Amino acid sequence: MTTFGWPEFMFLLRSAGWTLVLTAIAFGIGAVAGGAIAILRLAQNSVLRIIASTYILVIQSIPVLMILLLSYYGLTLVGIKVPPLVAASASLAIYVSAYLAEIWRGAIQAVPMQQWEASASLALSRPQQYRYIILPQALSISLPPTVGFLVQLVKNTSIVSVVGFIELSRAGQLINNATFQPFHVFLVVAVLYFAICFPLSRLSRHLEGVLNVGRSN
Amino acid sequence: MGFSLQFASVFAQGDLILQGILLTIGLSAGAITLGTILAIGLVAAHNLGNRAVAFAVDAYVELLRNTPFLIQLFMIFFGLPLLGFRMSGFEAGLLAMTLNLSAYATEIIRAGVDATHRSQVEAGLSLALSRLQVFRYVVLQPAFAKVWPALSSQFVLMLLASSICSFISVSELSGSAALIEQRTFRSFETYIVVTIAYLCLALLLKLGLAVLGQRLFGRRVRPEPITTITNSAGGA
Repeated sequence: MTTFGWPEFMFLLRSAGWTLVLTAIAFGIGAVAGGAIAILRLAQNSVLRIIASTYILVIQSIPVLMILLLSYYGLTLVGIKVPPLVAASASLAIYVSAYLAEIWRGAIQAVPMQQWEASASLALSRPQQYRYIILPQALSISLPPTVGFLVQLVKNTSIVSVVGFIELSRAGQLINNATFQPFHVFLVVAVLYFAICFPLSRLSRHLEGVLNVGRSN
Repeated sequence: MGFSLQFASVFAQGDLILQGILLTIGLSAGAITLGTILAIGLVAAHNLGNRAVAFAVDAYVELLRNTPFLIQLFMIFFGLPLLGFRMSGFEAGLLAMTLNLSAYATEIIRAGVDATHRSQVEAGLSLALSRLQVFRYVVLQPAFAKVWPALSSQFVLMLLASSICSFISVSELSGSAALIEQRTFRSFETYIVVTIAYLCLALLLKLGLAVLGQRLFGRRVRPEPITTITNSAGGA
């Protein structure tokens, strides 16, 4: 029986690195897809709008765990054997895209209507309106909730062990199975997560204050 | 790479799915009720207590909000028995969900409470209401009305997070999915059926909470119109 010592801690630390890698990949892909869906959600074509809002509604109404399992087994079924990192980041990217699309739709709509009208009267095309007038303003509105969502994403990477990817939580489980010191192990795991998430939470709140766009419920 | 979907063997395990749905509903309903009650207590403690109490509440909220639900679940399920608190998977799941939800709900309800202007509290006190009565009628009730949409979303997220309880082999919906998968080897079909079940549960919960909000607070909770910016800005 091993005990929880320095090598185990280093293993956890390395796995925390994988948690960050997974977060970065999922966020990168999810952000591109989410941005596109947000714009589709506000498109002039009603079919596009309905497709985008249905996508958001469905993904936001099923557990991330199910997205993971469905994409993993779905791809296996059609004969594609995907490495765990690909399966995990693809599913998390789907999850990210739906939530970011909704956050960014809100941010785009928060830009005053007059900005659209003024830029339209200057004969800007719709892509130009987005590029030069709307998105720069929406960006600062969207920053605090986006960083806040990043915290949710970091925490949700903890369940990708179901497709066999070893990140911080899975490493904790493995060490716990070997040492059976659940308090020590999961406390260290929790502290590592906290060390990642708490600064992000603080940053989100700080940005809310700086940009003065705090949700005044 | 031909393949065909066969749902018959999955539907043959209908009783397992039904049992999973009931357990998911039970876990979620229990956690939502207990978590909200706990959150109200924490908000009251934060508002009425001294600075040490307020700090303790803040620390509790931040600790739970910045660590994954899965790790909280593991701490409770694997850790607490070492301290002599033996519990079943269901109890551990319910406890973890309740604590997790209470932290988020505390944060949300407090935002609503903070939005109540101080003059309202003073007006209540000048009408000879006790501090507790002021909290109950002047502060808490309008706060709930204000934050109901945010609270509803959090409840739905908790329903979805209940799926993580399958990690400690609670046979709620995703736990029973794993069982069915082992029996039938129809992984994809099983998870499609279970995903649709989650979808229905989540949409029903959303609808129910919207109706409840309207009943309780007498106004439409965020009607969510399909708004576009086309009407006034289009035609460029």
